[in-house]
Amino acid sequence: MAYKIVEENCTGCCACEPECPNQAISETKNGLFIIEPAKCTECLGHYDEPQCVAVCPIDLTCIIDDDYPRYEAA
Amino acid sequence: MQAVHNEAAAAAGGVGTVVPDEIMQKVAEHKGCGTSGGSGKASCGSSAGENDLPAEIWDKVKNHPCYSEEAHHHYARMHVAVAPACNIQCNYCNRKYDCANESRPGVVSEKLTPEQAAKKVLAVASTIPQMTVLGIAGPGDPLANPEKTFKTFELIAKTAPDIKLCVSTNGLSLPDHVDRLSQYNIDHVTITINMIDPEIGAKIYPWIYYNKKRYTGVEAAKILTDRQLQGLEMLTARGILSKINSVMIPGINDQHLVEVNRAVKFRGAFLHNIMPLISAPEHGTVFGLTGQRGPTAQELKALQDQCEEGQMNMMRHCRQCRADAVGLLGEDRSAEFTTEKIEAMEVTYDLETRKAYQAAVEQERQAVVAAKKEEMQSLAGAQSDIKMLIAVATKGGGKVNEHFGHATEFQIYELSTTGAKFVGHRRVDLYCQGGYGEEDALQTVIRAINDCHAVFVAKIGGCPKGDLKAAGIDPVDQYANEFIEQSAIAYFKDYLDKVTAGEIEHVERGDAQIRQGALIAA
Repeated sequence: MAYKIVEENCTGCCACEPECPNQAISETKNGLFIIEPAKCTECLGHYDEPQCVAVCPIDLTCIIDDDYPRYEAA
Repeated sequence: MQAVHNEAAAAAGGVGTVVPDEIMQKVAEHKGCGTSGGSGKASCGSSAGENDLPAEIWDKVKNHPCYSEEAHHHYARMHVAVAPACNIQCNYCNRKYDCANESRPGVVSEKLTPEQAAKKVLAVASTIPQMTVLGIAGPGDPLANPEKTFKTFELIAKTAPDIKLCVSTNGLSLPDHVDRLSQYNIDHVTITINMIDPEIGAKIYPWIYYNKKRYTGVEAAKILTDRQLQGLEMLTARGILSKINSVMIPGINDQHLVEVNRAVKFRGAFLHNIMPLISAPEHGTVFGLTGQRGPTAQELKALQDQCEEGQMNMMRHCRQCRADAVGLLGEDRSAEFTTEKIEAMEVTYDLETRKAYQAAVEQERQAVVAAKKEEMQSLAGAQSDIKMLIAVATKGGGKVNEHFGHATEFQIYELSTTGAKFVGHRRVDLYCQGGYGEEDALQTVIRAINDCHAVFVAKIGGCPKGDLKAAGIDPVDQYANEFIEQSAIAYFKDYLDKVTAGEIEHVERGDAQIRQGALIAA
């Protein structure tokens, strides 16, 4: 039920952080960004596309986290 | 909420609508640039001096190295990298790498918080008293990081009120922030505009992020160009000076930039800066990987000359610096001011010392202008169609004061009976580690200034002297530590006399190469 950020690809540009409608994204100690899976709704009900994916400058950096089941709107 | 505002603005027809001629003419005149042709060039511009500009405009640009060619010899700028996020993707930009030896826009070594940035500005201003301008240029887009950008401006305006603030943007969010820019007393804005035709834009911008959505292709480029031009009109209407940066991409937008030039001039832009594409596979950019080439020196100059004939002031001294560059244009002292080093610095901001230093610079500057004027009299009445380029090794101060072997760049002047005109610069520094050995170093320099008839230096060794002569470039060291333009005019006068006397035959030079590598801090 969540997106995740591929650490090796993240440039720490912070573009995703303010766009997330769920405040699920935060900065790590080393200046990169992570998504808190419990808060991520894949932007369902908010926007047509996940905002972190739409704004991220590096392809295939914000991707579905297979460790979690897909999010379903309540 | 912002999204709603944007849409409303678009729906209201604020985007891309044709502005009545008389309004644009009026605002352009207010900014000191007539939009109609008339006799001579409009009364403003990069090479314009004190007497060519309305007092209020001159006051705004005279100490700004990026807005005044004359100022860039004397005044320094710094960029603070507080704006990492971007809202568009450009094919000439890759945000992923930061090679410490790299120098190109979009690349920085460390990002700063507004508080760290403010401290850095104070530290630099105390160490480099001629630092007069603070710009926020990225490494992303400053207006895609509005809170960080404006917080930084606010802190600096409080602690160092004499420093001019400016911002460089891709323009996508500009219409949303123009009012705030004018509130913060920011009177210089640079917009990067590479096209006004979305079909061409689609080849430069793979996507934009706008109103919570990623747009691609022609649709993305259409939104971008509409927003850029709308933002420019809004700046003009508020009396904020705007410079337009364009990246010249041969085969994609090179000839189109003449139309861009016309469009931005019409909307009141003060200055147009056409820069060569920086493109190499190791940068990992789309253009680098597809082998898209940058322009040659001659191609770049021809386009700049063509736009200048259209009565637009061209900037030719841009060094395409990093978003964390510090120092005079052409030098980068950012390594002296890392966060770690600044933390350890004792910083006292002494406005009086800065003023005294700047007064001395002002005197030196007046001397350059006076010397040039005096020398010009020797050319009075001279009749000749000869135009030639010379390369100059300088450390600043408007003088021929650098050794040939120490030069990391040469400044290029075009000489004619109208005088000496600055038309560009060529970098000859090493690229990354050991880009070339001693053996090729000279050949690299010759390739970079191959279109020049002479090279002016403070000093030069016997070997390179011989090689330069063999390549048809006259090594000139007789003007060591003298003013550049004065020396150049004297040299040209002498050259014309020799041609007239039949002592030498004037021959055209070939093209030169623009180095794609990086400017590294010494």
